[in-house]
Amino acid sequence: MKIACFHLMPYRDLEPDFEKKYKSSWFTLPFDAVADRHKVAQYYNWTLDELEFAAKSGFDGVCTNEHHQNAYGFMVNPNMMGAVLARATRGTKTAIIQMGETAVFLNPPIRVAEEYAMLDSIAEGRLVAGFPVGLGGDFAYSYGMAPIEQRARYTEAHDLIKRAWTETEQFAFNGKFYQLPMVNIWPKPAQRPHPPIWVPGNASPSTWDFVVKNDYSYCYLTYFGAKGAEHMVNGYWEKVEQAGRDRNPYRMGFLIPVGVSDTDEKAAQEYGPAAEYFYHKGLHLPEQLLLPPGHMTHASLTHLLTKRPFPPYDELKKMKYSTFNDRDFVVCGSAKTVTERLINIVKTLRVGHLMILPQFGSLSHQKTMENIERISKSVLPHLRPIWENEGWEDHWWPEASKVEKRAAA
Amino acid sequence: MKNPRKKVVPVLGGKLEMTVNIAGQGKPVLYLHSAGGYYWDDFLDTLSDHYEVYVPHFPGTAPGRPNDIDKVDNLWDAVIAYEDLLDGLGLQTFRLIGHSFGGLLAAELAAQRPKAVENLVLMSPLGLWREDAPYTCADWCALGAAELQDVLFYDSNHPRVVRRMTPPSGKDAEALWTVDFIWTLGCTGKVIWPIPDKGLRKRIHRITAPTLVVWGENDRLIPPVYAEEFRRSIANAEVLMLPQCGHEPPLEQCETLLSRVRKFFDA
Repeated sequence: MKIACFHLMPYRDLEPDFEKKYKSSWFTLPFDAVADRHKVAQYYNWTLDELEFAAKSGFDGVCTNEHHQNAYGFMVNPNMMGAVLARATRGTKTAIIQMGETAVFLNPPIRVAEEYAMLDSIAEGRLVAGFPVGLGGDFAYSYGMAPIEQRARYTEAHDLIKRAWTETEQFAFNGKFYQLPMVNIWPKPAQRPHPPIWVPGNASPSTWDFVVKNDYSYCYLTYFGAKGAEHMVNGYWEKVEQAGRDRNPYRMGFLIPVGVSDTDEKAAQEYGPAAEYFYHKGLHLPEQLLLPPGHMTHASLTHLLTKRPFPPYDELKKMKYSTFNDRDFVVCGSAKTVTERLINIVKTLRVGHLMILPQFGSLSHQKTMENIERISKSVLPHLRPIWENEGWEDHWWPEASKVEKRAAA
Repeated sequence: MKNPRKKVVPVLGGKLEMTVNIAGQGKPVLYLHSAGGYYWDDFLDTLSDHYEVYVPHFPGTAPGRPNDIDKVDNLWDAVIAYEDLLDGLGLQTFRLIGHSFGGLLAAELAAQRPKAVENLVLMSPLGLWREDAPYTCADWCALGAAELQDVLFYDSNHPRVVRRMTPPSGKDAEALWTVDFIWTLGCTGKVIWPIPDKGLRKRIHRITAPTLVVWGENDRLIPPVYAEEFRRSIANAEVLMLPQCGHEPPLEQCETLLSRVRKFFDA
């Protein structure tokens, strides 16, 4: 299987009583009151150092993502980060996984087709093109578009980008949201016809339909634990089978925070505060900010409020590290414990692309580097062969990255 | 309380059907609801003792028809749909009341069909913008239920407010009530996001109907300074400023409002 290193680029030094003083760590949080600009500069560079180190240490890919106006993770332009990483890993097989530049945040979204093509060129064909629908609050509050339009804009932006990559002649695009008289992008991506497409999502059935129909790879981004994910993920696999597609595990990605220490007890000391910081402060996000009215269809909203497949984020504040770790919200412990638990998760959910979050919450640069090293040395070698005996090919991995990679000895 | 009858009217060349609640007899009054959605309250009920009251659901907010909103892409589509609705209902001249989001629609409709509107009542309408009194859709969409209640009302314990804001009992019933409330904010938000300043200022001069601008003195959602802004912008307008009243005059000052509106309509 493939294992990538994911990073959110959070603010790591929020005050202990931060969540009591501020309504949210998203959208409404005043930068100048909370943030130290020197620290922010340091975080961006640490983030790049950490991802670069992960690539050198044996991770198969590095993942960046996009969010706005928050302390949870403020990589506002993942392609800037991706460009640095593509250059820093030149000559290696490391996949540059953009999870990703969010087309509906840009107007015209053709910009994503151009930037991904440019990035794939710099990376010499190692790009994975993530197509996130985008967070509702980012779309509506940070970028000022009517929440009810997000999914239709997403589909239209996707169609425009795909055509821009694949058509050989200039064309006019007359969409409902985007109208362009001359679509004729320079450059085209290094990979033909285009880089592999991964779609991150939060278990929305309409996203599954989109992924399955287009034969993309799905990445389940949940922070509510692998134990609760099985039921959700089964829903995805059912759609895959209904569509007559194979059960190739590389159709499925999963993101999880991971912390490795010498023993389980030491892991609790090393990662407990960071995990609690992540859930209590980073996800200090009232539901109406996360899900502006209209973002979810009437049917999806009815499902959410009557079935409650995941709790409101405020419920997380009542939980401690032990709960997060027991329920596989995070996987922390000795290398042996972490390896066993990850193997179980990967097999249960049928995950081909595992995305590990080695930095979460307040975890320091030094601890993160140590964590990356331990994961690379003691965990990755045991995970990599998981699907080997089933003989699946990863159709969603960049051609130029397709050589087995061994963790640093 | 009356039980208004429902009438379904095709608009936009048959591409959309609008659902209208109708009660009472007399001269017609068209009432356009707020972003909170249709709610038959004491104000409408008493009004329908004297007039024939028409209350359309904004597209997407009628029960069981959430996807109707797909037929309306912007404010212009909405205004055209309401114009078609007037024709479908056979309303050649009528009195028009709009509340908040419905106030913006009412002002647009009165600017679009000035001769059809005999009297216009705008209750805490959206639609204009002042740099010194900013407001955005986030002011009612980014709030939790308790915060919204604080912003909307002068007195959250007013019996009419309590009745309006109490969901039906039962786990699913309450959840479905909340779904419809959120969905209504989503549908109405579609045509005014992110700031309901969509060019009314360029059209408002066309309103010729005598206009009563109603505002709650304690409106914490849309600042009462806009009452004067609307009065100044409309040729023949007066202001009714209601004390002890937030953003929902029909709930918090029902009697005073009714008596003034009836006088205004019958003058």
